[in-house]
Amino acid sequence: MKSSNKKNTPFKAIIMSMFSALIALPVSAQQSADLTNPHADVLSIGGSVTEIVAALDQQHRLKARDTTSSYPPDVINLPDVGYMRSLSPEGVLSVGPSLILAEEGAGPPEALEVIRAADVDFVEVPDALTPEGIMRKIEIIGDALGVPDKADALAAQVETALSTALDDAERPESDKKRVLFVLSTQGGRINASGTGTTADALIRMAGGVNAVTDYEGYKQITDEAVGLAAPDVILMMDRGGDHGAADDELFEIPAIKLTLAAQTRSVVRMDGLLMLGFGPRSAEAVRTLNEALYAPKT
Amino acid sequence: MTEIDAVPRDRLSHARTWHWILAGALALACIASLQVGATDVALSTMLAKLAKGEALSQMERVVLFDIRLPRLVMGVLVGAALAVSGAAMQGLFRNPLADPGIVGVGAGAGLGAILAIVLGALLPVWMIDLTGNQLVPFAAFLGGWGSTLLLYRVSTRHGRTSVATMLLAGIALGALAGALSGILVYIADDRQLRDLTFWGLGSLAGASWAKVLSAGPLILLSISAALMLGRGLNGLALGEATAAHIGIDVQRMKSIAILAVAGATGAAVAVSGGIGFIGIVVPHLLRLASGPDHRTLLLNSALLGAILLILADVIARVVIAPAELPIGIVTAVLGAPVFLWILLKRRGLVEL
Repeated sequence: MKSSNKKNTPFKAIIMSMFSALIALPVSAQQSADLTNPHADVLSIGGSVTEIVAALDQQHRLKARDTTSSYPPDVINLPDVGYMRSLSPEGVLSVGPSLILAEEGAGPPEALEVIRAADVDFVEVPDALTPEGIMRKIEIIGDALGVPDKADALAAQVETALSTALDDAERPESDKKRVLFVLSTQGGRINASGTGTTADALIRMAGGVNAVTDYEGYKQITDEAVGLAAPDVILMMDRGGDHGAADDELFEIPAIKLTLAAQTRSVVRMDGLLMLGFGPRSAEAVRTLNEALYAPKT
Repeated sequence: MTEIDAVPRDRLSHARTWHWILAGALALACIASLQVGATDVALSTMLAKLAKGEALSQMERVVLFDIRLPRLVMGVLVGAALAVSGAAMQGLFRNPLADPGIVGVGAGAGLGAILAIVLGALLPVWMIDLTGNQLVPFAAFLGGWGSTLLLYRVSTRHGRTSVATMLLAGIALGALAGALSGILVYIADDRQLRDLTFWGLGSLAGASWAKVLSAGPLILLSISAALMLGRGLNGLALGEATAAHIGIDVQRMKSIAILAVAGATGAAVAVSGGIGFIGIVVPHLLRLASGPDHRTLLLNSALLGAILLILADVIARVVIAPAELPIGIVTAVLGAPVFLWILLKRRGLVEL
């Protein structure tokens, strides 16, 4: 008995695995069909995710958004479920999504657990700092929405546009301008971007050099370090309002006053989401920044 | 007994009727909390469905049993813990401005939470696996409890705890914890900073059965211990020496009060973040309504604290739905004017 059993085992295993493969095939196909329901109502969390959903012509499926989603402009009219890191489970469920697309880092984890328990599909979209990362975002979102063909088309389009923009932006090292990204100047204290941020990535892609490489992330920088960083241009987020007055104020900050950027009054203001979102408009962002940096002043 | 008999009997029974009024109000608040929310799910429709023997949809089950119910239970526990702790601390320190944070719980818990948020990723993997999502509450509790014990130790000499030393050392310890938190805030990235800000404003949004079960027993135990202190705190109102002469074991009472407050507040802050004003406003409201007798004040505080926190939570989650406000904002917006009113009223009494 024992020996026959042993002999049987591999044979059995093969038969079984064939059977299970046969059974599993349709099941898995069905599952993926479920996951990519092309009619799912979508809650989109994260500015670039919402942009990609809209770029895939799926904006009509959006039920709600988070606070950071502000483009295309008409998504503002959708219900807002709050800041992506402090979602309220009941608030999220109340907008009735069957699919949640969330940028990496959405939370808190307890809220996500409850949301998953309510049978809502949850897809996390990883952050991107590179062109490849943007393509992956588009691919993941296209798959989740059940429109992979559109996603392929969009990815190809974005890739072409982006690589052209990158080629156009490329210039010899000696010719590159040093760019200081200033997040805020609250109370005369300058909060500037170091390495490893989306601002840093965009500056490099647009053919500039990040003037601050001594630290990672966004930090308050001392006045003297600004002098050492010697920026040719200052890059900021566009917050609306009177730029002339804001520029005067900016260049009056002692730390900035002595830099070349202040002497030539070179400041570039760009929409925050366009600049830092790393979504489908990245080519536009690269091109806009590149032109702002190197085009002769008009 | 002497000082207690001096209190008119009718005032005490008046305060006891408040037990029933508040218990009734708490029941109503609980029903409101289960009834209202961002989704259309309501307790009444669910009960109607159950009565007719219909099955509940998964949405209804998740919203009621996994979201609103643990949130309600946590709100009751946290509100009661904060209010009882406030009443006990005001009695112990004989200071109307005392709140649970006075024994260093808030500062310590804040430091613990910030440590976990900013440096949590640096911990060895097995520790992260062990604590899972609960690292921040866990660290906050250890921080709060630890700093209170430290404060208690430094203020106790020869078996006698000096309340004045504790008050002053608490300020020093708070400043130290604030400075350490500042260093961590400096190295935090912007996501962590936002997490920190939200933690400091408090919320019941993260409520889960796991949190209720881990914090609940400690909070209940601490509240029960604190509720026993009524007679002792009444005696203490006459001063420590007098209290000792009328047969109250002052040192034992202090220890129980401090440990109970550390346990209740530490656990409450750990699961809900920093929620202000409940601990300080609730006891004052009740003193105005039913007098300062701690035998009834402590239980009434627990009930009213629970009621106010639940109602604040209902407001927090409905007012800007589907998003929600941190509850600390609601309690402060509602609590600060009330507190100011109490202060001005008291000043009026003193100056007249």
